Amino acid sequence: MSVATASVPASRPVATGASLRRSRRWALWTSYFFLILFAIFFLAPPYYMVVTALKTDGEMAKLATNPWFIYDGVTLDQFRILLYNTDFLIFFKNTIIVTVCVVIITMVVSVLAAFALGRMRFWGSSILATGIFLTYLVPDTLLFIPMFQIVKSLGLLNSYWGMVLVYPTLTVPFCTWIMIGYFQSIPKELDEAALIDGAGHMQMLLKIFIPVALPGIIAAMIFAFTVSWAAFVYPMAFLYSSDQQVLTVGTVTSLIRGDVYKWGMLMAGALLAAAPPLVIYAFLMDYYIAGLTAGATKG
Amino acid sequence: MADVSLRNVVKKYDDVLAVASINLEIPNHEFVVLVGPSGCGKSTTLRMIAGLEEITDGEIEIGGSVVNDLPPKDRDIAMVFQNYALYPHMTVAENMSFGLKLRKFPKAEIKARVDNAARILDITELLERRPKQLSGGQRQRVAMGRAIVRNPKVFLFDEPLSNLDAKLRVQMRTEIKRVHQKVQTTTVYVTHDQVEAMTLADRVVVMNAGKIEQIGTPNDLYHHPATRFVAGFIGSPAMNFVPATVESNGSGLRVRLSDTLSFNVPESRAARYKPHVGKQVTFGLRPEHITETRGHQTGTGQDFSAVLDVVEPMGMETMVYFRINGTELCGRVEPTAAGAANEQMTLRANLDHMHLIDPATGLVL
Repeated sequence: MSVATASVPASRPVATGASLRRSRRWALWTSYFFLILFAIFFLAPPYYMVVTALKTDGEMAKLATNPWFIYDGVTLDQFRILLYNTDFLIFFKNTIIVTVCVVIITMVVSVLAAFALGRMRFWGSSILATGIFLTYLVPDTLLFIPMFQIVKSLGLLNSYWGMVLVYPTLTVPFCTWIMIGYFQSIPKELDEAALIDGAGHMQMLLKIFIPVALPGIIAAMIFAFTVSWAAFVYPMAFLYSSDQQVLTVGTVTSLIRGDVYKWGMLMAGALLAAAPPLVIYAFLMDYYIAGLTAGATKG
Repeated sequence: MADVSLRNVVKKYDDVLAVASINLEIPNHEFVVLVGPSGCGKSTTLRMIAGLEEITDGEIEIGGSVVNDLPPKDRDIAMVFQNYALYPHMTVAENMSFGLKLRKFPKAEIKARVDNAARILDITELLERRPKQLSGGQRQRVAMGRAIVRNPKVFLFDEPLSNLDAKLRVQMRTEIKRVHQKVQTTTVYVTHDQVEAMTLADRVVVMNAGKIEQIGTPNDLYHHPATRFVAGFIGSPAMNFVPATVESNGSGLRVRLSDTLSFNVPESRAARYKPHVGKQVTFGLRPEHITETRGHQTGTGQDFSAVLDVVEPMGMETMVYFRINGTELCGRVEPTAAGAANEQMTLRANLDHMHLIDPATGLVL
């Protein structure tokens, strides 16, 4: 082969092109293979949820059939019972209230904090910034006992408003951290131009920083949303009556009675609970990625 | 529009002295360029005038009132930055009107000013675009437009052309000069490029190591530099410097560059250099004053011959490099007259333009 190539020099570029194409094809096939593998791996649980949620209780009790397929016909009974005969809608409403409040509180606090820490040079600002991130490293499983005391002393035990108070301890540090990075990636001349144009700090934040850092802010919002939508330890510890429960804990406590698992409704509930994050991710994915990779390239 | 004056202005960062007590008076309408190598304190000086840096000591006055403690927005200045600093989420028109909106100008007035500035800068058709959709030169125009609409007392330019390619830089340089001739606003312009400084300025301020080396018109600085630094910084290729001694030569003087080469000092200069007879000095002569021996020039020409090291044809002229006593010198000769490398060539030094510099103080004698 090499002899042939050497004897016909004119054909060499063509040969190089062909080998380039070949290696590209290889790369493509390899990536397809692994992408499909991972897609199957990660989509298996949701598929199992869907299949289980659409089965009758009777079919689920049969051990003889393959659990991955539906044999006795599709039914929406699990959803119907879940929505009309349980407190699921109350959990849903509570979760929405808590999440919306937490996202708002988080964004207000962390955008202001990040602006101050990332942009205004003051004594100890970098130590404070690191300190804020360190608080994020303490897991909620360690914090819930002291938090219990605090929430109790505020009279917010067994109230979802208590969650509005404690979730920001999880969301604010990380969101502040993301926003500090994002604000720091905005060129210094932009604030100087705004200063000279006559903007005060608040106008600079509202009219320059927030619009320019929007991808970062949306990334932080998605993070805050995900954390408070999916939080489990704090509601598990602080909420016990069903009118105050949120989705994560409420579904589990009301649908698992002793050793009786209402699998159909559990799966239906999990599907419905997963829907809002899914929709939000689908619409804002581009922003989320842009936000997390901010500063990687020149704007 | 206003005068600007800096009196004994000092800037220290902790213990580092960035600007060491400078004095500068800029009359109304003047275009002043601060020039110097990086780290010489020129940008810091500009930023102190803008109010973006606090001053450690001294006084800055704009339009007759001291602005030391005024924030940038109250100084009535406009600044153009090196990286343009356009607001990426706003259109060109919004970028230009942002400052006016913050100052609560009526809408009609804002529109009139933006349209007028856009006309001056020829960016009317870009008004609805965003900075991302503009080329470097267009962005620079918008940045200037943002300054013009404010109709401020002073324009401040911080190396505005450094991010542009060479051709565009020359074009925008002319543009800036044209705009200044039109609007006549007092302008302070910072650059490290001496060509920009020479072409734009009414007066150039040469800075070095936090101090002002010399203030003068471009021609002044070029022909009558006060220090070796200015002599070497202004002009391209740079002035030739050779260690020399001043000797008596009958009734006149001569400078000895090497055992075999000495030049007679023109009579007009003899009195000035008389006190330095016998002393070590640095002899300075610009490349354009070392030419071929054709008789087209006036003045005190003295011929000498040298072996050329390198010959660089530039088209309209040719640079020749040669050595005297180990020091490399450059001459500018007619392309047709230039010799080849490693060949002997007779050159003529025009000593009417010579400078002698005290090597100890760096001052031009």
